[in-house]
Amino acid sequence: MTDDAAPQEIWHLRLYIAGRSAKSLRAQANLRALCEEHLAGRHEIEVIDLEQHPSLARSDDIVAIPTLVRRLPEPLRRIIGDLSNTERVLVGLRVEEAAQ
Amino acid sequence: MPSPAVDPVPVPSSTLSGPRKAPTGITGLDEVTGGGLPRGRSTLVCGPAGCGKTLLAMEFLVRGASEYDEPGVFLAFEESVEDLVVNVASLGFDVAQLEADGRMILDHVGVADAELEEAGEWDLDGLLLRLGASIDAIGAKRVVIDTVETLFGAFSDVVALRAELRRLFAWLKDRGVTAVITGERGGGTLTRHGIEEYVSDCVIVLDQRVDDQTSTRRLRILKYRGSVHGTNEYPFLIGKDGLSVLPITSLRLDHRASATRVTSGVPRLDAMLDGGFFAGSTILVNGTPGTGKSTLAAQFCEATCQRGERSMYFAFEESQAQIVRNMASVGIDLQRWVDEGLLAFRCFRPTLLGLEAHLLSMQTSIAEFDPTVVVLDPISDLLRIGSGADVFAMLTRQVDYLKAHGITAMFTSLNSDSAPGQADRQIASLVDTWLLVRTMEGNGEYNRVLAVLKSRGMAHSNQIREFLLTSHGIELADVYVGPQGVLTGSARQAQEAQERAKGEARLEELEQRRTNLERRREAVETQTAALWRDFDQESAAVERLLSHGSTGTEDLAGQRAEQGRLRGVDSDRDAR
Repeated sequence: MTDDAAPQEIWHLRLYIAGRSAKSLRAQANLRALCEEHLAGRHEIEVIDLEQHPSLARSDDIVAIPTLVRRLPEPLRRIIGDLSNTERVLVGLRVEEAAQ
Repeated sequence: MPSPAVDPVPVPSSTLSGPRKAPTGITGLDEVTGGGLPRGRSTLVCGPAGCGKTLLAMEFLVRGASEYDEPGVFLAFEESVEDLVVNVASLGFDVAQLEADGRMILDHVGVADAELEEAGEWDLDGLLLRLGASIDAIGAKRVVIDTVETLFGAFSDVVALRAELRRLFAWLKDRGVTAVITGERGGGTLTRHGIEEYVSDCVIVLDQRVDDQTSTRRLRILKYRGSVHGTNEYPFLIGKDGLSVLPITSLRLDHRASATRVTSGVPRLDAMLDGGFFAGSTILVNGTPGTGKSTLAAQFCEATCQRGERSMYFAFEESQAQIVRNMASVGIDLQRWVDEGLLAFRCFRPTLLGLEAHLLSMQTSIAEFDPTVVVLDPISDLLRIGSGADVFAMLTRQVDYLKAHGITAMFTSLNSDSAPGQADRQIASLVDTWLLVRTMEGNGEYNRVLAVLKSRGMAHSNQIREFLLTSHGIELADVYVGPQGVLTGSARQAQEAQERAKGEARLEELEQRRTNLERRREAVETQTAALWRDFDQESAAVERLLSHGSTGTEDLAGQRAEQGRLRGVDSDRDAR
C-alpha cells in the first residue's frame, strides 16, 4: 500500500490493557513475539494499563481491551483482541507489505 | 447542597414496596411513570430514528445535573460532542456550561469511525474503565448510553459483544447509577439488536406517526417492573424548553373547586347564573354563525380586565386587529386593555400546527402571561386538524390544565345547524357551564337568543333571553312568551309597545279616578260646609232660645201661680 511507510522507519505501537487479566497478558506476549519476528529492531512498544490510567481510555477513545494502536507509521490503525490470530494482526498493521 | 442520600423530590407512590425513583424533570413524564425512572437501574428508551430518544435522554441528564443535584455522563456513540451541544442548545440546555461546572461529561465513543481489526479475544473493559473514570470524576448518578447498538456495527464477533453488553448492564447496576439506554427500533423487535433482552426494569417506547399530514410523537411505558405506571400512549412534544409529555387523561381529578364567582360582563347573564361563572370553571358558548359568541367572549375578557386581572384570547379565525375593530363596533374597547397589558391575543390558524403542538404552545403562552381568564375562539376549528377523538382528548387536557391553574376558560364552538353537534355534546360533558346562543326565526326576522343549557353547581335560569348586540355591548332583553312561543325582535317590541300602551291607558284611568275623587272631595267639603252652616245656625238659635228660656220657665211658674190665684183655686198657702 502506498500510504505505508518505508521499511527502515521505526514503528511505534501502543497496547492498551487492563491490569493483569489473562487477555492482557496474552496480548503483551503475542505482540512482543510478533514484533521480534516481523519488525525486529525497528519497533517501539508502549503498554498502557487503563486500570492505572483510566482517564486515558477517554482521551485515546478506547472501547475494547486489549487494543493495539499503530501510532507510527501513519495512518493510525487499531486492532483489538489478545492478538492470538497473528495473521489478522499482520493484516491489521499492514506489516507484511511493509516488510517486503 | 442536599445530602446525596436524600431524594430531592418526594416520590408519591409507595416507597415501601416499589422501586425508588429518579425524577426525570421532564414535563409529564414523571407523572406517567409515577415519579421517575427506576433509581439505580437501567431504562431502555427505544423508537424509530428522529423520534426524540437522544433528546429525552439528554434532558434526563440535564435536569438531573441542574435540578436534582445528580451529575451525569453522556456516552455518545453516534453524534459528536460538538453536534450534541449544538442540538440541545435549541432546547435551552447549556450543556457546555454544565460540563465546565463539572456536572456533566459528554463522551463521544468513536467506534463507528474507526476500522477495527479483530485479532483474538477482547472485552469491553476499555468502555467500562472509561465510563467508570467519568462517573468517578464528577460523582455521576446518571448515565446515558446513546445508542449502544452502534457497537454491533463496529464488532464482527456478535456473540462476544452480546456477552459484553450483558456485562456492561450488570456493571451499571453494580455502580448504582440510573441509566438510560437508547435503542433504535427494529423490524419485529423493540430494538434492532434486541437490547431489551438486557434491560428489564423499564422500557419506554417512542413513536412518531403522521395522521392527516400532522405528525405526532407519542410515548408509551411498555414496562416498568414493580411500579404502577400509565399504560396509554401519551403524545409528547419537543418544545423550546425540552420535552413535554401530555397525559391524555389526568391521573387524578383533584382540581380545587372555587366558590368565588366571576362576572360574565353581562349583568343579566350573571343574574341568570345566580351570580356569574365560578372562578376556574370552563364555559362553552355554543352557537350558530353570527350569534355573538365572540362578542360574549370579548365582553367576558373586558370585564376581567376591568377588575385588573389578565385575560388571554386565542383566536383561530380572526386576527387581533379584526377582533379589536369588530368589538369596538359594539362598544367593547379591547385595544385599551391590550395597551395596558391586561389582554393578550394569540391568533393563528389551527392548521399551522398539530394538535399537540397547539396544546403545548397554548400552555406555554398561558404560563408566560399568567391570565385568570382564557378564551378559545372557536374550538370547532380545531376539529379541522384532528379527528373528533383526538380533539376531545386534547381539549380534555387543556381543560385539566386550566382547571389545575384555576383559570376560568371560555370556549366558543360553532355549529352549522341550530342543534349542537356531536362534538359539542362530547365537549359539553367537560365543561361546567354550557351556554347556547342561536337565532330564532319569526315575523320575518332572525333574532338572537341565549339560554343556559347547563351550569354545574349553581341555580340557573331556565329562561330563554333575547340577546342584543348594542352599541355598548351585549344586553339581554326579556322575552315574551305568547301563544306562538317566545317573542323576539320586533314581535317583542310590538309586545312591549302594547304593554306600554296598556300601561298608559291605566295611568290615564287612574288620573281620571283621581280627578273624580278630588271632585267628590270638593263636593263633600261643600256639603259638609253647608251642613256645618245649618248646624251653626241651629245651634245659634238654640243658644238664643236657651238664654230666653231661663226667664220663660220662671214666667211659666209665675203665670201658673197667678192663674191659680186668679181662678181662686189655690189658697195663699198653696201659692207659697
